[in-house]
Amino acid sequence: MDGSISPILLDGPGGARIRNLTRRFQGPAVLDRLDLDIQPGQFVALLGASGSGKTTLLRTLAGLDPVPDDAVVALPQPVAVAFQQPLLLPWKTVHSNVALGLTGADANARAAEALAEVGLTHRLHAWPATLSGGEAQRVALARALVRAPGLLLLDEPFAALDALTRLRMHALVLDLWRRHRPATLLVTHDVDEAVALADRILVLEHGRIVLDVANHAPRPRDRGAVEFLTLRTRLLERLGVYSHEGVFA
Amino acid sequence: MSATTMGRPVVSSIRLAWSFTGWRRLVTPLVLVLAWQALAMTGPISVRTLASPLQVLVTAWGLTVSGELPWHLAVSLGRVAAGLAIGVSLGTGLALVAGLSRLGETVVDAPVQMLRTLPFLALVPLFILWFGIGETPKIALVALGTAFPIYLNVFAGVRGVEPRLVEMGRVFGLDRRGLIGHVVLPAALPQALVGLRMSLGTAWLSLVVAEQINANAGIGFLINDARDFLRTDVILVGLLLYALLGLLADTLVRGLERRMLAWRPQLVRN
Ligand SMILES: Nc1ncnc2c1ncn2[C@@H]1O[C@H](COP(=O)(O)OP(=O)(O)OP(=O)(O)O)[C@@H](O)[C@H]1O
Ligand SMILES: [Mg+2]
Repeated sequence: MDGSISPILLDGPGGARIRNLTRRFQGPAVLDRLDLDIQPGQFVALLGASGSGKTTLLRTLAGLDPVPDDAVVALPQPVAVAFQQPLLLPWKTVHSNVALGLTGADANARAAEALAEVGLTHRLHAWPATLSGGEAQRVALARALVRAPGLLLLDEPFAALDALTRLRMHALVLDLWRRHRPATLLVTHDVDEAVALADRILVLEHGRIVLDVANHAPRPRDRGAVEFLTLRTRLLERLGVYSHEGVFA
Repeated sequence: MSATTMGRPVVSSIRLAWSFTGWRRLVTPLVLVLAWQALAMTGPISVRTLASPLQVLVTAWGLTVSGELPWHLAVSLGRVAAGLAIGVSLGTGLALVAGLSRLGETVVDAPVQMLRTLPFLALVPLFILWFGIGETPKIALVALGTAFPIYLNVFAGVRGVEPRLVEMGRVFGLDRRGLIGHVVLPAALPQALVGLRMSLGTAWLSLVVAEQINANAGIGFLINDARDFLRTDVILVGLLLYALLGLLADTLVRGLERRMLAWRPQLVRN
């Protein structure tokens, strides 16, 4: 509760380092001695079936859940988050939401600048209740990026958006990521999204990372290209949603 | 449409109340008042039972010009204001202590919940023993009556905060004070204002009862005095005044809501 997020979250040497992270509620471990490194500036997508522990991992990295004593979690600070719901404070204007918790004389200017980057200069003083879903999610992105995060955690930030808005958000996120270069961990259900955006794609299953593939195709990526489709098929197969008749996803 | 910027919330909410009520809704009350007047004039209702509306207006005018009515009104308003100020501060303070810390809840909430089950008006005899028959028991009664609604609502508001918003605040670096100031208190505000409105309602009720305690000024005194002289017109003026004050208080809180809760979706739309 007091500024520092958790005593175990030390500054990592550049990238993020997670060792031996176990989380258990009732029943089998949701995260089972999980190891993960993320290079500085790397864009990682995390796939996995519903209930496989993706949100649990992100919550732990965000400092919302305790880190067990025998685990190592060293993250480039600060860590910023955007969830599926924008979770804006409804009683603060868009600008105040972005400026929340910022310190320094230039806090207001930085918040305005971040909102300009997501194309919301004209909504600076709007109430969150008046925003569209896509706009609200852009505010949430601005709020995360304005902190110049060393690690950006995104938990299905586009899942609630319509297909067209989602594609626009993909372009926006890539653009922002290229400009600020935070190490990024994006949780998604959408295999296409993962293949289109990430440098590296992980699949989480039974509490461990069971697949870890690099994706070096140059951006912007052609969703009809052979490499794209090959990687996509491979991921869908690993997730158990592909048959030879087609995709049930 | 003229005084728009400065006094906007209060003025516009009064205007809203009028336009909302609509002329059509005034028809039935008007007919009833006319019938009452007719019955009073033709004889079936004697003035000792119920004065006629016209008589009430004339009496109200007379009492106003003589300065009697303003004086009693000021005394009553003073009692309500003092009692409310004490009760609302006390209720809000205790609710924050109980709402914001576990220890506070243990220490404060249990006794308050127990006291709450006691009908506070039943405490009048004790209050007279403790505070005599001056202003103190009257103000104390109003304070006690108003403290409970505001306490319950502020407490519920503080505890009803969306936990994910609190988490969000933590992720973005708010400390405990920041969380309370930026997240918890604003989230509790709508419920707190509901509490304030309920407290205002209780305040008038307490005032009516309190002013039965050997008062020599105030609307209650006016009514009691009139009873001794069978002046139903004066009694009606007093009752009318109570009603008007209640309405005014409600309008004020609604104005407050419009100003302080401007962010709420239902208020945002226009
Ligand atoms: N606070 C909690 N208490 C008990 N069980 C929990 C809690 N949080 C998560 N779990 C359980 O842990 C498992 C993983 O949940 P998690 O939310 O991390 O899944 P997920 O991979 O994000 O799923 P989805 O893709 O549906 O969002 C689930 O079985 C869930 O029921
Ligand atoms: Mg999840």
